[in-house]
Amino acid sequence: MQTPLMQTTGRESILQALLTGLRFSVLMLVLCGVIYSGAVTLLAEQLFPRQASGSLVQQNGIAIGSELIAQPFTSERYFHGRPSAANHDPMATTGSNLAPSNPALRERVAADSARIQARENVESKTIPVDLLAASGGGLDPHISPASAHLQAARIAQTRQWKIDEVNALIDRHTEGPQWGLFGQPRVNVLLLNLALDTASAQPRSSHDRFHPKESDDD
Amino acid sequence: MIEILLLVLIPLLLAWPLGLYMTGIFSGKPHISDRLFLPLESALFRLSGINPARGMDWKSYGRAFLFSNLILGLLAFVLLLLQSWLPLNPDGIGPLSWDLALHTAVSFLTNTNQQHYSGQAQLSYFSQSIVLVTLQFVTPAMGLAICAAVLRGMNGGRNAETAQENEERDLGNYYVDLVRGVVRLLLPLAMVTALLLAAQGVPSTYDGAQKTAVLDATSEIKEQTIPLGPVAAMVAIKQLGTNGGGWYGPNSANPLENPTPVSNAIETMSIVLIPMAVVFMAGGLLRRRGFTLMSLAAMGLLSALCIGASIYSEQLPNAAFAGLAAEGPNLEGKEVRFGADASALWATLTTQTSSGSVNAMHDSLNPLAGLVTRAGMLVNAIWGGIGCGFVNFLVYVWITVFLAGLMIGRTPEIFGRKIETREITLLGALIVLPTLCILGLTAFTVAIPALTGNSNPGFHGIAQVFYEYTSAFANNGSGFEGLGDNTPWWNLSCVLVLLVGRYLPLVIPLMIAGSLARKRVAPVSSGSLRLENATFCLTLVTVILILNFLSFLPATVLGPIGEALELAQTE
Repeated sequence: MQTPLMQTTGRESILQALLTGLRFSVLMLVLCGVIYSGAVTLLAEQLFPRQASGSLVQQNGIAIGSELIAQPFTSERYFHGRPSAANHDPMATTGSNLAPSNPALRERVAADSARIQARENVESKTIPVDLLAASGGGLDPHISPASAHLQAARIAQTRQWKIDEVNALIDRHTEGPQWGLFGQPRVNVLLLNLALDTASAQPRSSHDRFHPKESDDD
Repeated sequence: MIEILLLVLIPLLLAWPLGLYMTGIFSGKPHISDRLFLPLESALFRLSGINPARGMDWKSYGRAFLFSNLILGLLAFVLLLLQSWLPLNPDGIGPLSWDLALHTAVSFLTNTNQQHYSGQAQLSYFSQSIVLVTLQFVTPAMGLAICAAVLRGMNGGRNAETAQENEERDLGNYYVDLVRGVVRLLLPLAMVTALLLAAQGVPSTYDGAQKTAVLDATSEIKEQTIPLGPVAAMVAIKQLGTNGGGWYGPNSANPLENPTPVSNAIETMSIVLIPMAVVFMAGGLLRRRGFTLMSLAAMGLLSALCIGASIYSEQLPNAAFAGLAAEGPNLEGKEVRFGADASALWATLTTQTSSGSVNAMHDSLNPLAGLVTRAGMLVNAIWGGIGCGFVNFLVYVWITVFLAGLMIGRTPEIFGRKIETREITLLGALIVLPTLCILGLTAFTVAIPALTGNSNPGFHGIAQVFYEYTSAFANNGSGFEGLGDNTPWWNLSCVLVLLVGRYLPLVIPLMIAGSLARKRVAPVSSGSLRLENATFCLTLVTVILILNFLSFLPATVLGPIGEALELAQTE
């Protein structure tokens, strides 16, 4: 491993140089593409089988979705997620790529804002931004806790719950910053809606103390 | 705020020991890592017929660099073209058009990873995990090799003690440097990172896409297809190697590619870790710790200013939401789990380095952050791409030394070696080159609306075109992605810019280093220009800013500045 002598610098022919390049390139394809990719992938699949195959959520043995991927929710009985420029198709994942100066963005936000105002019976200035802004990949599985609470009254009404119960469910499904340090508070819409269904299906002991729905315009 | 500080300071702290390690593996002396890696490296040299003991002058070094690129690029192009006939294609993905395959091969060969395709839908597992991943390992190591050779040249080469004045200097062996970068640096780091990312939820399988039902039976779609693959392995090296080319179309904004805030933290830190470590390595190889400190100060200052501006920008509301939503930051094109700050930080770091990966859509950034991202790419030397970023930084240093020399009326010297007509002519070419490529092609493309493929009107439309060429020239790869860029015009014109933007800014400094290396070293005197102090650092920062203002301010007025003024007017 010592400082080589410049005498050995004799220049190789072009053909030789190309041949060296070819042999080297093929070796790198094997080392990085086949061995590295293969070893890491198979090891990760063994160590983290659930994450490795897309973090699927199973219900009665059927994959009902991935906890990482937003699903479309249109029914009044469910919490709704963020607008998706990909129409919630993971194969077409994309953001809107609309600039703040683009009139098309303003039109879209205005239409969505009007729809949410009517649906949730709220004023525009209470709608959290994330509920109107299209996500980067069109598949953001989360909404902010504020966006979930905004929908609590509607959920309570359609499911005949008390609004406090809905809010409590949201709070239970609110994730804070990860490790207390990274990221924003958020609610996974699919998991929250699954919890809603589960809770609605179970005959709850609290059922008999259910009162007729009270006004929830607080 | 704590999160942002951690995401910048942790990689800076880790870069220190990593930089020392890199100094060790590129210094040519025996190193403790030899015992672990030497057997594999020797096997690679034997199998490819390389004599690792052979020293190379700048010409041989540059020649080996260019030939290895030519072959690797051709091989990648052919394999991409043949993808529908090759194995590892469980989703039955069809062939690419020849111009898209060419653009993709060149884009990954130049460490740019500009993507005119959507990975999950258009590339097979073979193309992504074998062809592209290999390029993502080899190309950053190529930049690092050139950087090591240039630094050796600045100290007179490895034969500095024995060589005569004007004798060609030994800048090292290209293939040895390249293999060491891959085997001793990138592979171990990528393995660890890939497993950490897989634990957070990045897919890692050779199985095909999974079909799942959807919960809400009233929605318009009845099932989802979740695209999978050996994603974690690629994402790790994509982030670490300042590559940026992700598995899925929207890159790390896609929740499969970047599922949690912790995966986001790992990926953010991976963007800057090695570029920061190169700064420490440079001081080590030059045996000038002061030069590392001066470089860190200059880069750190510019980086911090840009991060501040971009976070401030994204904390402001998006103008399109005025009166329609609660007050809040700009979240269009961003993910809730990351929020505006961490997205603005990523956008800044990914454009300062040549990474170009994204965790938010740059097209939807507010104008100021849009400006910060393109400024990062135009300067292209704040941390910068692995190796090539520091080489660009040295170009600014040489120019500053020349200007400062003129100001104090002394022959410009760097570490005792004179910068003369030959060097300054070459440096001049490097200043003119980006202006010519980026402005020339932007002007041409904007003049022919049929070519542009804009998704946004007005100033932002011009900015989209400018961004695409800037990203190609800077070998960055991020985009204002609304641009309809998979057309023969965009593919082929970007191929040209990619090639010019990669090879000339690496080969010309290699020439300069070769010529500096041969010069007689003047002894340090009281009149010598000192590089390792605050005065030089601030002069350097000023030169970087002035050069870029002179070249690109008018174009910026027609882009983000115009857009900002337009938005201010409508409010």
